[in-house]
Amino acid sequence: MLTLTINGEERRVDVAGDTPLLWVLRDALGLTGTKFGCGIGQCAACYVHLDGTAVPACILPASQAEGRRITTIEGLSPDRSHPLQQAWIAEQVPQCGYCQSGQLMAAAALLATTPRLTDAEIDAGMRQNLCRCGTYPRIRRAIHRAAGA
Amino acid sequence: MILTDDSRTRRRRAEAQEAADPRPFSRRVFLVTGAHAAGALVLGVTLGARTASPHALAQGQAQEPSASPGAATPGAGADAGFLPNAWLRVDPDGAVTIRLHKAEMGQGVMTSLPILVAEELEADWDRVRVEYAYGDPVYGSPLNGGLHLTFGSTSVRESWQPLRLAGATGRAMLVAAAAQIWGVDAEGCRAANGEVHHDPTGRLLAYGDLALLAAALPVPSPERVRLKEPRDFRLIGTAVPRLDIPAKVDGSARFAIDIRLPGMLTATVLRCPVFGGRVRSFDAAPALAIPGVRHVVEIPAALPGVDGGLAVVADGYWPAKLGRDALVVDWDEGPYAAQSSATIRAEMRALLDQPGDVWRAEGDAPGALAAATGVVEATYESPFLAHVTMEPMTCAAHVRPDAVDVWVGHQSATVVQELVAAPLTGLPPEAITIHQTYLGCGLGRRGEADFVADAVLVSQAVGAPVKVIWSREEDVQHDVYRPFTQQRVRAALDDAGDLLGWSHHTVGDSQVAVRYPFLLASGPAGNPIDDNSVQGLDGDFPYPLSNLRVETTMAASGIPVGWWRGVGHSQNTFVVEGVVDELAAAAGQDPLAFRRRLLRDVPRALGVLDLAAERAGWGEPLPPERGRGIALCRYSGTWVAEVAEVTVAADGTTTVDRLVCAVDCGIVVNPDAVEAQAIGGVIHGLSGTLYGEITIANGRVEQGNVDDYPLPRFDEIPPIEIHVVPSREAPGGMGEPTVPPVAPAVVNAVFAATGRRLRKLPVRPADLVATP
Repeated sequence: MLTLTINGEERRVDVAGDTPLLWVLRDALGLTGTKFGCGIGQCAACYVHLDGTAVPACILPASQAEGRRITTIEGLSPDRSHPLQQAWIAEQVPQCGYCQSGQLMAAAALLATTPRLTDAEIDAGMRQNLCRCGTYPRIRRAIHRAAGA
Repeated sequence: MILTDDSRTRRRRAEAQEAADPRPFSRRVFLVTGAHAAGALVLGVTLGARTASPHALAQGQAQEPSASPGAATPGAGADAGFLPNAWLRVDPDGAVTIRLHKAEMGQGVMTSLPILVAEELEADWDRVRVEYAYGDPVYGSPLNGGLHLTFGSTSVRESWQPLRLAGATGRAMLVAAAAQIWGVDAEGCRAANGEVHHDPTGRLLAYGDLALLAAALPVPSPERVRLKEPRDFRLIGTAVPRLDIPAKVDGSARFAIDIRLPGMLTATVLRCPVFGGRVRSFDAAPALAIPGVRHVVEIPAALPGVDGGLAVVADGYWPAKLGRDALVVDWDEGPYAAQSSATIRAEMRALLDQPGDVWRAEGDAPGALAAATGVVEATYESPFLAHVTMEPMTCAAHVRPDAVDVWVGHQSATVVQELVAAPLTGLPPEAITIHQTYLGCGLGRRGEADFVADAVLVSQAVGAPVKVIWSREEDVQHDVYRPFTQQRVRAALDDAGDLLGWSHHTVGDSQVAVRYPFLLASGPAGNPIDDNSVQGLDGDFPYPLSNLRVETTMAASGIPVGWWRGVGHSQNTFVVEGVVDELAAAAGQDPLAFRRRLLRDVPRALGVLDLAAERAGWGEPLPPERGRGIALCRYSGTWVAEVAEVTVAADGTTTVDRLVCAVDCGIVVNPDAVEAQAIGGVIHGLSGTLYGEITIANGRVEQGNVDDYPLPRFDEIPPIEIHVVPSREAPGGMGEPTVPPVAPAVVNAVFAATGRRLRKLPVRPADLVATP
């Protein structure tokens, strides 16, 4: 039995400790906003925050998330009010949308540590996030917008 | 995929429609046929209980493609209110429901198609809700043989007339209803934003108040319904915010992988790594020993071209995945176990040396070329390419003795119902209910049958709802790839510098011959031809000339191939625009000036060439190691020209520094969506130019995930500029047309920078290392 603190709530789940956090979130807890893209930590569709740092949930054993503060896309805001979510809508960023939870979580962690970013810093900071639809240019604009640049 | 008009398909559609609707004249389905060339215009006036069963909002499914800009107001039942046709309903409370018959995969159809209806209907856009519709022939695609599918950049193009007509018909009837209530002439009434006004007396009535009376009026025939002039558009041509985007920024947008059902099990599949292989024997015990694993099911090879395999069925994806890893399987590898990229190349080269099936033979290309001087002859190769949709293949199904429910983000209701669920269960298509979700990329992959068949067969076997999720490795290794092709072109100019003759032979596997043989076209000699293989060499071949010969040969490498974003245009434009560049170089001509001359009588081609060249600064000097290349294509009524600027370093590393794209897509429905699709198509084109390729060894795909099949990353995207030519032409497609010119623009730029002509993709540094 694991006890996980997710989006400010304590949840108890009966899963093996080596189950990737991704599948605990999606299957055990019904938090399906975090997505499965590659399973090897290389596409960032599964990004969540662990104590504010963006990590790939598909390769993180759930037991390692115990005692940490887990934030998923569902916890970014209750009502799409996070500045990045507002910027994403204003810039009409998503196309198919499947990668966007991970993109937002990566961007949120990036902005939390570096409130003003250059294009090069955004590119480097978002490099692990794969988008097959080609929304990268708009993501960059939206990050600038949210940062108030 | 643009299908030729297959008379068998059309007849089958018409017969099905007649059989489904034997009602008195005034309430009968009827077809309104317009000009033949573009396919039938179908309005499909269907009324009453025999309409299609639209996918209605069910409780708790609020995030499936049924969205409204305002509050979601549940309809009063599928047939309540005013339904003048299969596209819209106005409820007595004023809510307007518009039916969407195309898959929303990020291209924005969930907004742009309802806009067409709402514009002419004069609906209050804030009160519009959208629901996915299928199951009626009216939702079939005229540009794709009447099948219900979302393919080939045809959604807006083929909906432009019929959906506006549907909205305008509704408006006319609502106005007639108001006129009747007021006892005035309909001509004196004005519809605006969900209300009908009688300006002389200052009266107005809301659509909701008119719905029931309008429903009792006769439906006017199309020639009596007036469409708006473009200058009167309020929504079309503006950047209306997409209805699906809010749900895509908070994790609530539902894809098939997100489906959760009472009693649902989750399965993942394992197929023989060698295409065409099958299970000889297997030991399920190690899988069943994993906690959470419930069943191991053998999936039969139940559909043509779809291999059988095994499914591990569990309480969730993770135990299913562990079970899959634990399975012990003895595979019969089948007839393709010795296949490799080298053997495939050799087989196709041999076929290239034989005559192919003739697709076009105008004038006398062989004769003209035999008499010509300065013939350019070149052999080109395009690789197998994977889709790598961000969401791997997923589908949920619940098969019962008398009904099937399928939850899937799919590009074709026809495939789901008629080609998979009905034949596999023996139930009629009407017993199959589709719950359409969003698609985590479509790219052509999500129109296929295999992953839907998996869900149906496994659910049937275990007697429970089952959600099938493929691993990414399974997804990469059991894709249907863009075809590997070998192409040979012979072309020459006449003394005046115009195209004298062009003879083109393409060899590749067929996307349809095994899985969808009814989609084969017939060549002039009656031979079956996969016309996907000649896209861009067909009516879309841009260059006027008298002596053109196009031949195509179907190979049989054993590797399954299908529709990749750009389809046949994507590899064929690489060849055509490469050869045109080679002709220009042989003639000592600037590639832009050369094309402008050949296309001097094609204004829309000149329009995009000139705009791209001007914005790219064509002709301005570049430093050494840098070069510019240009390429164009016409695809689904849209013209595109692209200029790539590249740097080729001494070690052969090629960087695209800039990409300028000019688009003429006719009337723009949503300028924001056009820009987004144009950029997305360019990045997709880059993925096929400078990134991964699928290689075959021992009958199996050598790649398995995004680590060994690399895709463009955030920090690798050049500045991309999109410029749109203003146009009054009917809308062309935008989902794919910017994909095909990317590869040739880059390769032509590499030539300009280095003098090296590449005839094979992807571009590899090893091919461009500077020689001393």
